[in-house]
Amino acid sequence: MSEQTPAQPSARDEILARIRTALGAGLPAELTSQKPTPEAAYRRTGQLNRVAVLDLFVDRLKDYDAEVLQVGDERGLAGALGDALNGARELCAVVAEGFPEAWLPMGFEFLRDGGLSGLLSIAALDSAQAVVTTCAVAIASTGTIVLVHGGTQGRRAATLLPDHHICLVRRGQVLELVPEALERLKADDPAPITTISGPSATSDIEMTRIRGVHGPRRLTVVLYGPAELEPVS
Amino acid sequence: MSVRVGKTAAAPSFPVAAKAALKNSQLRHNVHHATDVIRDKRALRVEEMPDWQALRGAAAAIKAHTLRHLDRYLVEFERNCTRAGGQVHWARDADEANAIAIRLIRGYSGEGPAEVIKVKTMTSDEVQMNAALEAAGITPYETDLADMIVQMGDDEPSHIVVPALHKNRREVRDLFREKMGRPELSDNPEDLTHAARTYLRDRFLNVRIGIGGANFAVAETGAVCVVESEGNGRMCVTLPEVLITLVGIEKVVPRFADLEVFLQLLPRSATGERMNPYNSLWTGVQAGDGPRIFHVILLDNGRTKMMADAMERETLQCIRCGACLNACPVYRETGGHAYGSIYSGPIGAILSPQLQGLEHSRSLPYASTLCGACYEVCPVKINIPEILIHLRGREVREDQRSLRALTSENLAMQAAALAFTSQRRYEAAQRLARMGQRLFQRGDELVKLPGMAGGWTKYRDLRAIPAQSFRDWWKQRGATPPTTTTTTTNTTGSEDA
Repeated sequence: MSEQTPAQPSARDEILARIRTALGAGLPAELTSQKPTPEAAYRRTGQLNRVAVLDLFVDRLKDYDAEVLQVGDERGLAGALGDALNGARELCAVVAEGFPEAWLPMGFEFLRDGGLSGLLSIAALDSAQAVVTTCAVAIASTGTIVLVHGGTQGRRAATLLPDHHICLVRRGQVLELVPEALERLKADDPAPITTISGPSATSDIEMTRIRGVHGPRRLTVVLYGPAELEPVS
Repeated sequence: MSVRVGKTAAAPSFPVAAKAALKNSQLRHNVHHATDVIRDKRALRVEEMPDWQALRGAAAAIKAHTLRHLDRYLVEFERNCTRAGGQVHWARDADEANAIAIRLIRGYSGEGPAEVIKVKTMTSDEVQMNAALEAAGITPYETDLADMIVQMGDDEPSHIVVPALHKNRREVRDLFREKMGRPELSDNPEDLTHAARTYLRDRFLNVRIGIGGANFAVAETGAVCVVESEGNGRMCVTLPEVLITLVGIEKVVPRFADLEVFLQLLPRSATGERMNPYNSLWTGVQAGDGPRIFHVILLDNGRTKMMADAMERETLQCIRCGACLNACPVYRETGGHAYGSIYSGPIGAILSPQLQGLEHSRSLPYASTLCGACYEVCPVKINIPEILIHLRGREVREDQRSLRALTSENLAMQAAALAFTSQRRYEAAQRLARMGQRLFQRGDELVKLPGMAGGWTKYRDLRAIPAQSFRDWWKQRGATPPTTTTTTTNTTGSEDA
């Protein structure tokens, strides 16, 4: 530590010493267990069937002012994306390099971020009207999509600056409960994670909920694919 | 060591500040409205969770365990954060944390005027970082809407989660008109919110250094988690080249999986949402995504002083949801400023005095009715009423070793202790009081008692001591009173049978 001088203990050593001194004094034995958590008595596995889980997800998304579009499978994605962009009167959207060409509708400009074309500038991201990404998992009970950034899920700035985020979610990625979803993320993956529940919002003035502050003001979720839960990859 | 909690040391005592706050009907209206709304929403969202109590239990157990092994988990966090490209600093107190931040900012921005964007962090308010930065020629821009309102108005936060809840839309409009130079602004919250978006957008895109806090720091992975709603947090942790995160040492959790508990409890408790719009989690630095340089400052500032005593240590379990503020009948009348600390309400009443030393906030452990509503809503089960009583006791014991032992209150209490430990003395005191009370008796009531006792009769009814006690009546009717070895314990109920 650069704030260390040779004559004095470093702040690190001193703080750790204070903790050890404090904890040394007469602690009840039951707290000294090395086990990080007790057996979970809370729900870690959902009880709903797949249809109910997906219904719940849609209900919770709408409750948070997200727009929901449903298509059968991949072949419907281009049409749904066109509808989402048209509905918002948008012409220009960002997608990550490697995003499947077949999913993109005709008649719009798609800016590629990353790969051989290089990263888009902050200004370019800011002037784009929309961004289209996939997600890692989704949570029905809270209406949440989870991005593990990188690949077709985009880097963080790309999913933040455009005013409209369109997220493609396979039905098989939707889990009922928060613990089920977090369990599917790999703790040792250093990629940044963003969980998103509806568009950005604030209630700071008289507790009136206002949709759209600094993050995207619109969130559209496009659901596709079979309802069966996908196996853990 | 200079432990500071905002401007607490300079604040008036709670009863003095509360009296002034109670006269401000606009403030009381604003606070009532805001806390009513959050309470109702929270109740709704907690109601739909069949395993809420199990989650609370798990959260309390994880926090208690972590604090018991805090040295181990802090070192583990430091190792993993460093391995992922972060740089970890340790700060013993407020001044050291601010000095580290200023040294880092100067290192990246040179000696000229510098700017930083900030995402809401109570910990930075605790160390008064903005004042320190400004004194060093660095301009901090708060980016959370409420924090911006507080900063623009040269105000203090009055709530942990919604720091500007004491201001209504007209007050915010007037502030924005003046400070943003936009006289056309209406008082519509939507317009005001969009004005904030426009005002901050350029700063998000151009300021190169961000400062933030953390809701959780994961020891197992070195990841840091910020919980927010507006997207200003995502902006601040993503767009700048340099990110400095100030973290209280109690914010560490052992495992990534522990977040499954806290990310369920925190949003429902704090804002009554099933999930807040955004949670950002990042580990060190990531090539091509987000800041190139990441610093973490781990802050003590009085926290280690609270770790020796198991009950006091429980205070450090707090995840800053603010549910106890919204539930508290005292906070709901006075608002946050009366507590003289950026940590207000029930949690502030136990946290501020312990961080800073009881002598700086002597009145805070008494700023409560001990009704227990705070404990009931606390997502990590901090027994706030019990800790309040513990602190009151500690304060009295500390007083008795000082000149304060000579105050009339302490002398009266010592005398009462003498009287209550002997039947003979108790009955003598009763006879004396029966004679003395005639001066203040109106019917069955005592009014306008002199001195300290006047504080009681000013606001409350007090029945006069009846002419005959139960024991006297019992003796008179010729029976033997039930004598036991501890004869004095039942004499307090002396009114009638």
